[in-house]
Amino acid sequence: MRTSEFIAALAADPIPTPIRLGRRIAAALVIGVVGSLALYLLLLGPRPDIAEAARTVRFCLKFVDSLAFALPSLLLMLRLARPDAKPRALALWLVAPFILLAAGVVVELFIVPQSAWMSRLMGANAMHCMITIPMLAAPVLAALIVALREGAPLHPALTGALAGAASAGIAALFYASSCPDDSPLFVATWYPLATLICMGVGALAGRRFLAW
Amino acid sequence: MKAQPIKGPLDDPWSRMMTASIAGDDGAYRRLLEDIGRSVRAMARAAFTRARVGDADIEDAVQETLLAIHLKRHTWDSGQKLAPWVHAIARHKIVDALRRRGRRKVEPLENFEEFLAAPEAEDPHALSDARKLLETLAPRQRDIVRSISLDGQSIAATAKRLSMSEVAVRVALHRALKSLGAAWRRSVG
Repeated sequence: MRTSEFIAALAADPIPTPIRLGRRIAAALVIGVVGSLALYLLLLGPRPDIAEAARTVRFCLKFVDSLAFALPSLLLMLRLARPDAKPRALALWLVAPFILLAAGVVVELFIVPQSAWMSRLMGANAMHCMITIPMLAAPVLAALIVALREGAPLHPALTGALAGAASAGIAALFYASSCPDDSPLFVATWYPLATLICMGVGALAGRRFLAW
Repeated sequence: MKAQPIKGPLDDPWSRMMTASIAGDDGAYRRLLEDIGRSVRAMARAAFTRARVGDADIEDAVQETLLAIHLKRHTWDSGQKLAPWVHAIARHKIVDALRRRGRRKVEPLENFEEFLAAPEAEDPHALSDARKLLETLAPRQRDIVRSISLDGQSIAATAKRLSMSEVAVRVALHRALKSLGAAWRRSVG
């Protein structure tokens, strides 16, 4: 087919109302977070000693870490939703939570005797973490993928993986208030593994649903 | 209808034409696609030459880019220039086209300004595979796309011939174009 003929078909198809992608994604985020919150309240709820725990550095570090991971993932995802994205500088911010986590681990190794390292790392219930974070992330990830379909990402799998990362970060915020394990050794081991699961699912969903 | 001078006046012609298209100026849209097609063609030819593949698939790359732009035109952020947006999509589609020809390592093309300045007119004998891809569409959709593109019929004339409403023809055309995009993507493998 000649290109001029092809253009005739394109020009006959009327233009849809322009959309504001940022707003769509923000709305999806709200819906997803409400879904996560509902699951959290239904199935988990805050741990009983949360008031005491909130006064410890270890407990608070879990939230700082999760937020430091969720925010750059989310912003990066938002950029990649457009084809002319320039993500480079923003991608560097993704390193921040890992530096923070590593620093926490180093301090923990200094102040906790070696004999306790392993029990701190394994915590009370590591498998619970691996299951709960992806479960809480699911509503956010699903909502983000639906909203991203309106976008034009050139790298569908990567964009989906970042949506998975953002959803895992948000899920970790909820989960952290419920989980009794605060040691950075636990957090640095199991949270990233749970995040990887979410990113993997996000990448697959991105490949499947975000290609255009 | 004339383009409204919106906030943050973008003075480049493409952004102006796209703004006019969104406001309902079909002529501006057609001119814009033809204009973009000429620049993408120059860009594709440069990439194909550098990768040492023949120029058989150039019109495919051009049309696939135009279709991608078409399907996502409503998501263009009117506060940004259109050219970098077009360039990113074109580069991506050209790389896809080269991969289809078995080129693994494809260097990105960065100097889009060059191709903007040196557009290449369409060779009336160069055909794309779109006709082959049309075969994958549902018969009614195929008929509508053919009628409007190959036969140069209007929506109204097509609707009359198929005894459909114009709205139904437009809906079918839109679905057909979306399926065509998916078919093209699948052919990348």
